Amino acid sequence: MSYEFLQTLWFILIAVLWIGFFILEGFDFGVGMLLPFLGKKDEERRAIINTIGSTWDGNEVWLLTAGGATFAAFPHWYATMFSGFYLALFLLVIGLIIRGISFEYRSKDANPKWRHTFDWMIAIGSFMCALLLGTAFSNLARGVPINADMMYTGNLFTLLNPFGLLGGVTMVSVFLLYGSTFLTLKLEGELRERARELSKNLYVVAAIVVVLLAFFTYTSTDISSKIGVNPGSTPLAAVIAILIAIFFINRKMEGWAFLTVALHIVLTQVSFFTLMFPRVMISTLNPEWSLTIYNASSSQYTLTVMSIVALIFVPIVLVYQGWAYYIFRKRISTDKKTLIY
Amino acid sequence: MDPLTLSRLQFGLTTVYHFLFVPLTLGLSWFVAYFQTRYYQTRDEEFRKSAKFWGKLFLINFAIGVVTGIVQEFQFGMNWSEYSRYVGDIFGAPLAIEALTSFFLESTFLGIWIFGETKIPEKAHLASIWLVAIGSNLSALWILLANGWMQHPVGYVINEVNGRAELVDFFALVTNPKGWLFFWHTIAAGLATASFFIIGISAYHIFRKQNVNLFKSSFQTATIVGLIASTLVFFGGHTNGQYMYETQPMKFAAIEAHYDTSAPAPFSIITIGDLTGKQEVWSWRVPAVLSFLACNNFTCEVRGVDEIQAEYEALYGTGDYIPLIDFTYWAFRIMMTIGFIMMGFSFLFLLATRGKYENAKWMKWVPWVIALPYLANSSGWILTEMGRQPWIVQGLLKVEDAVSPNLTVVDLWISLIGYTVVYGALAVAMVYLMKKYIVAGPDAAMHESVDVAPTLVGSQD
Repeated sequence: MSYEFLQTLWFILIAVLWIGFFILEGFDFGVGMLLPFLGKKDEERRAIINTIGSTWDGNEVWLLTAGGATFAAFPHWYATMFSGFYLALFLLVIGLIIRGISFEYRSKDANPKWRHTFDWMIAIGSFMCALLLGTAFSNLARGVPINADMMYTGNLFTLLNPFGLLGGVTMVSVFLLYGSTFLTLKLEGELRERARELSKNLYVVAAIVVVLLAFFTYTSTDISSKIGVNPGSTPLAAVIAILIAIFFINRKMEGWAFLTVALHIVLTQVSFFTLMFPRVMISTLNPEWSLTIYNASSSQYTLTVMSIVALIFVPIVLVYQGWAYYIFRKRISTDKKTLIY
Repeated sequence: MDPLTLSRLQFGLTTVYHFLFVPLTLGLSWFVAYFQTRYYQTRDEEFRKSAKFWGKLFLINFAIGVVTGIVQEFQFGMNWSEYSRYVGDIFGAPLAIEALTSFFLESTFLGIWIFGETKIPEKAHLASIWLVAIGSNLSALWILLANGWMQHPVGYVINEVNGRAELVDFFALVTNPKGWLFFWHTIAAGLATASFFIIGISAYHIFRKQNVNLFKSSFQTATIVGLIASTLVFFGGHTNGQYMYETQPMKFAAIEAHYDTSAPAPFSIITIGDLTGKQEVWSWRVPAVLSFLACNNFTCEVRGVDEIQAEYEALYGTGDYIPLIDFTYWAFRIMMTIGFIMMGFSFLFLLATRGKYENAKWMKWVPWVIALPYLANSSGWILTEMGRQPWIVQGLLKVEDAVSPNLTVVDLWISLIGYTVVYGALAVAMVYLMKKYIVAGPDAAMHESVDVAPTLVGSQD
């Protein structure tokens, strides 16, 4: 396999890992943010957590694998992005920590204060993760200051520009909607109806910010010069997918509602990676200084070895993770007799 | 403090903290799988309760290991970007493979194990805890192969064009003896840690005459495993030492505060150095033992710190190639002494299980042995990482050249304080829950929570 083919292949593989992560962990973040608002009683909150309880940790591994794969396949991308976005990533890690520990610890003590604290930590941690990841991704699309030595020369506030923050708000809003449609799909009874009602309100916010983000992508990124004024079918389909979600929400077709939001997330990510390719980090200082799959990658030998490893293990992982979802396919009830703590 | 010192401090703190939880995860997972298998074979309720009880404690510990592990994977890029650029072609591979083969396995099947008991066949549920144990121990293998490469780089060339290390032999990377020696040493240490954890907690309940049969069974299993594991730790450590003498002679000499080359070389029981730690003031040494540690005979020559320093200056240019000897020297002595104490204790406990030890007065003090493996594990990592200084990759890249150049002192203080506060809070919550679940005992572990226990988890009735 040629070097260029391998570099492209690994760009696609990392894109797939991120898409997998957002598809799976996206509703986990949404469920986490909704937890203290949707769940009024303790067993309601436990039921909400149990919709993702058995699988959230496996979903998060998609992020760790994306990070590891970036390190292995594009060391300069990993080095520049992780050191450059230092404080943002520090906050992301804190968000992941407080959220992860809370899933495991919140029910291990009956004190209402204890549970309340951990429930809020789940919500705050999930919110931080969605906001920071959205901000980071829109900054990647917009470009960040990178000098000739592949070094990020900005700081945390460089990332907090309007377009970056709009990306963060969009990811939070879309994941909230995604989480509520997921809960409608996974819960029973009154709680399920409350999740459905919430979806309708969350839909309005998500639809508005998605359209805004799509609009400002034209003014804030080089999409018009790179792809053209007509963006092609993928970004358009991404916007349309989320816009038609309300049709299914209103008709109580919750499976379709969930799928259209999921499709929106996939298509948005595909659009993002298409916009980036073959760049992995765009320099705002000089286009020549951007990191690309060619100047940021590992050697041909390493990419070949990693391709073989991925070819063997990715299908295995997909099979057993799929099986895990199959085991827990049933709806969760708030009946105390069936709740697992 | 400068950015380099702050990054080092942060890496040290977060890594040692992470590794407080890892060995227990590695070892205890096998015990939980074993007890659940025994229940499957014998239908003895005591084994079912044992699996549940040790399983609960396993989960409380596991959660912190997982969340602090995220920091580990991210901070290579965050704090050590130049290191990541220089070695990413090699070091990134085992990290990515670890995530792909181990993290997915352990996290997915742990979820199935916790929530799936009533949803899948019993055999599949049993298999899932074994897969958790395999997954977490496999993860140790990959990260230790990665670390082994930093201690003893193999299978690479330096690319003259881009100036970085590149992989040319993946097989050499995955068969690096350094990594495998670390792996066996660490796996055995994990089992020893779990054994002493179980010994201590079982003794607590036996002494209070609570669930005596269950805890006697756990106690006996743990003393046998503890004796075997701590013996393996010893042999693994000895082999590690000899390989270290071959591959990292400076670390070996620094661990022994062995300044002057000599044959046969004496082993230091106590050495007092001067304030710089670079000169010896007074020592008490046993003749020839160090020669034995280095090469299994009592006569061979062992090179000293001063000679190796001179050799490294000739090889790598002027500089200080001596690690902080006071740390390496004492960390090694703490680790080794505790290792011997653990071997002795597990042997004595095993002897005691032949008699009526459940009524013995000394059982009251046994829970304190839980502290031993923690001290030894931390000392082991401190000596192996600090002994490599000033190198981050032995002979190839120094720590001072590996740090992210863009980070400011303010960035680093924010993250250092942030991690410390969050990790401190995690420790408080963890210790509180551990204590509560340990004291409440196995009957409470059969329920959703020890305070309110209305619903039997996984009960068939």
